[in-house]
Amino acid sequence: MRRLKALLKMTAVRLSAVYFLIFAFGAVGLVYYVTNTASDIIESQARAGIVEEKAELAQIYRLAGIVGLVRSIDRRARQPGAGLYLATDATGRIIAGNVESLQAGVLDEAGSTPDAFGYSRYGETGVYHKAIADVVSLPNGMRVLVGRDQSDALRFREVVQSALILALAAMGGLALIAWFGIGRRALRRLDRMSAASSRILAGDLGERLPVFGAGDEFDRLSENLNTLLARIALLQEGLRQVSDNIAHDLKTPLARLRSKAEAAQQAAESDETRDNLEGIIGDADTMIRTFDALLMISRVEAGSHPIQKTTVDLTAIAGDVAELYEPVAEEAGAALEFRASGPSKIAASRELVAQAISNLVDNALKYGRPHEGAAHVTIAIEETGSDAVISVADNGPGIPEDKRPRVLERFYRLDESRTLPGSGLGLSLVQAIARVHGGRLALEDAGPGLKVVLRLPKHVKDRASHDDKPN
Amino acid sequence: MRILIIEDDRETASYLLKALKEAGHGADHAADGETGLNMAEGRDYDLLIVDRMLPKRDGLSVIADLRKSGSHTPALILSALGQVDDRVEGLKAGGDDYLTKPYAMSELLARAEVLGRRRSTGEVETSYKVGDLELDRLSHEVRRAGKPVVLQPREFRLLEYLMKHAGQVVTRTMLLENVWDYHFDPQTNVIDVHISRLRSKIEREFDRPLLHTVRGSGYIMREDS
Repeated sequence: MRRLKALLKMTAVRLSAVYFLIFAFGAVGLVYYVTNTASDIIESQARAGIVEEKAELAQIYRLAGIVGLVRSIDRRARQPGAGLYLATDATGRIIAGNVESLQAGVLDEAGSTPDAFGYSRYGETGVYHKAIADVVSLPNGMRVLVGRDQSDALRFREVVQSALILALAAMGGLALIAWFGIGRRALRRLDRMSAASSRILAGDLGERLPVFGAGDEFDRLSENLNTLLARIALLQEGLRQVSDNIAHDLKTPLARLRSKAEAAQQAAESDETRDNLEGIIGDADTMIRTFDALLMISRVEAGSHPIQKTTVDLTAIAGDVAELYEPVAEEAGAALEFRASGPSKIAASRELVAQAISNLVDNALKYGRPHEGAAHVTIAIEETGSDAVISVADNGPGIPEDKRPRVLERFYRLDESRTLPGSGLGLSLVQAIARVHGGRLALEDAGPGLKVVLRLPKHVKDRASHDDKPN
Repeated sequence: MRILIIEDDRETASYLLKALKEAGHGADHAADGETGLNMAEGRDYDLLIVDRMLPKRDGLSVIADLRKSGSHTPALILSALGQVDDRVEGLKAGGDDYLTKPYAMSELLARAEVLGRRRSTGEVETSYKVGDLELDRLSHEVRRAGKPVVLQPREFRLLEYLMKHAGQVVTRTMLLENVWDYHFDPQTNVIDVHISRLRSKIEREFDRPLLHTVRGSGYIMREDS
């Protein structure tokens, strides 16, 4: 049923339904016009014949009187393929002709019969045909009828109409089958293409759109997009290599610098030298940490390396982080509260999610202290529809609304927090982690304080993975 | 301990050699993957320290090949690739530990020590004892000088790990990895706070400290200072 609905939603199916309706209306109109015109022509031909014959009979009547007229009618009526002839006396008794019985009232009025009437031919009792005729009334009360059978014209109309109904029914049936076949096929291909593009969007640049080998417009589209993807993948790979090389080339001397300082510190004789070297090691660590965070953001954002997602419990991870930070909060005189109603399963990288929550809690404890009173940080987990939502709120000074988007930028720091340690990369990293999971990061007012809300989808494109299977 | 270093950067390698020798270990050096694999197969080492990016044959394939041929020599992977998945990949290839460049030499030495000694202790111990501090892994009881010490579950695991590696330096990242099972980088030194809590519980009423801080490295559990 779901697939049928999807099928009906397809542009191709809708268009062909509209075409079918337009065509059906056109065909009905055309057939109606043709049969009507043809019937009109046949009828007017018949009427012309009747008029001509009436004139002939009138001539005979003038020349040969009633006897000649009756004889002429009798003769004409016997000819094969003859029209309709009837002569009655004033009482209505049949004198001559080939008509056995007539629809009542036909002879009552002189002139052309307005509509076709029923009659049965002489010797064919009980078999009724349709005809049109002219009725003439003679001065002695006799009535003469000259007519033409209309059965052929009517049958012609019937045949054309039933042919039309049959043709339309067959067309409709075929169209339904064709829609279903073509539509289903197209739909399945589109489904597979959108499943593939979902995976590509999720960062799997090795994925390609399916090519079915039919050489049609779908295949051409897929091929072109695949070429495009290959180019993007190549560029991405180049970027990744450059960043890997930077990491390898710059971090190695940095490591040596740190190691040498470490060795010198161990060999140092005075406390002052040791302290200085301790400072150098600390600075090196800060550089390394910043460098690592920057590289991590770039790589997560580039999506060149799709992260490994497993089913994890957001509540458990947040609980771990809360437990990890609880002594830190206590030492700082802050209350750390953790609220969750139950497990909340998501498809995610456990380490990255833990890193994100840890960054948020760390920020809240560092920058979310109120000017007066005790700091209070709340970690809460909720579920809304398709998302698992984790929020970290503090009761500190908060962030003015106009500066909120800016704090997500790399290296941006609020003036108030410049004196505190930090790289200005924490929230950027959280945002990158949100993005790579298909989630969102939002900064809200906790009134007072800042509430950072991280939404992560419970299922990563469930539909895509479902439709992936051939059906 | 006999250690094989497979590392292409000459300066890093010589520095590593020197540091390991100073720490009392015997160390050999191979400058590329091919040579490293041959040397590792030719001699029984206690530990391999393998750089991930190597000429001729990358570090992961060296370890994977060794594992295929039945060698269980612990391997510590060194790499400039420090992302979560790189690490998983490294451990999947048969590495026992993964250290991202740049690393602190103390971190490397601590991990080398723990990895290299791992093989010798085959049996799983059910209790640990350092000085007058006892930890029973089965009943989850901790006693100091016979008096019970009440610990939270996480504090118990923290103490358990420290006592399991008594006499060895344990770094903060090793604790986060092994006690909390996370590898991310907490911005604040959260581990220190946990340690000081634990310390107050096991040492408050006693004169002799057992849990010592090693400057610039981490912590060590030891009877005498």
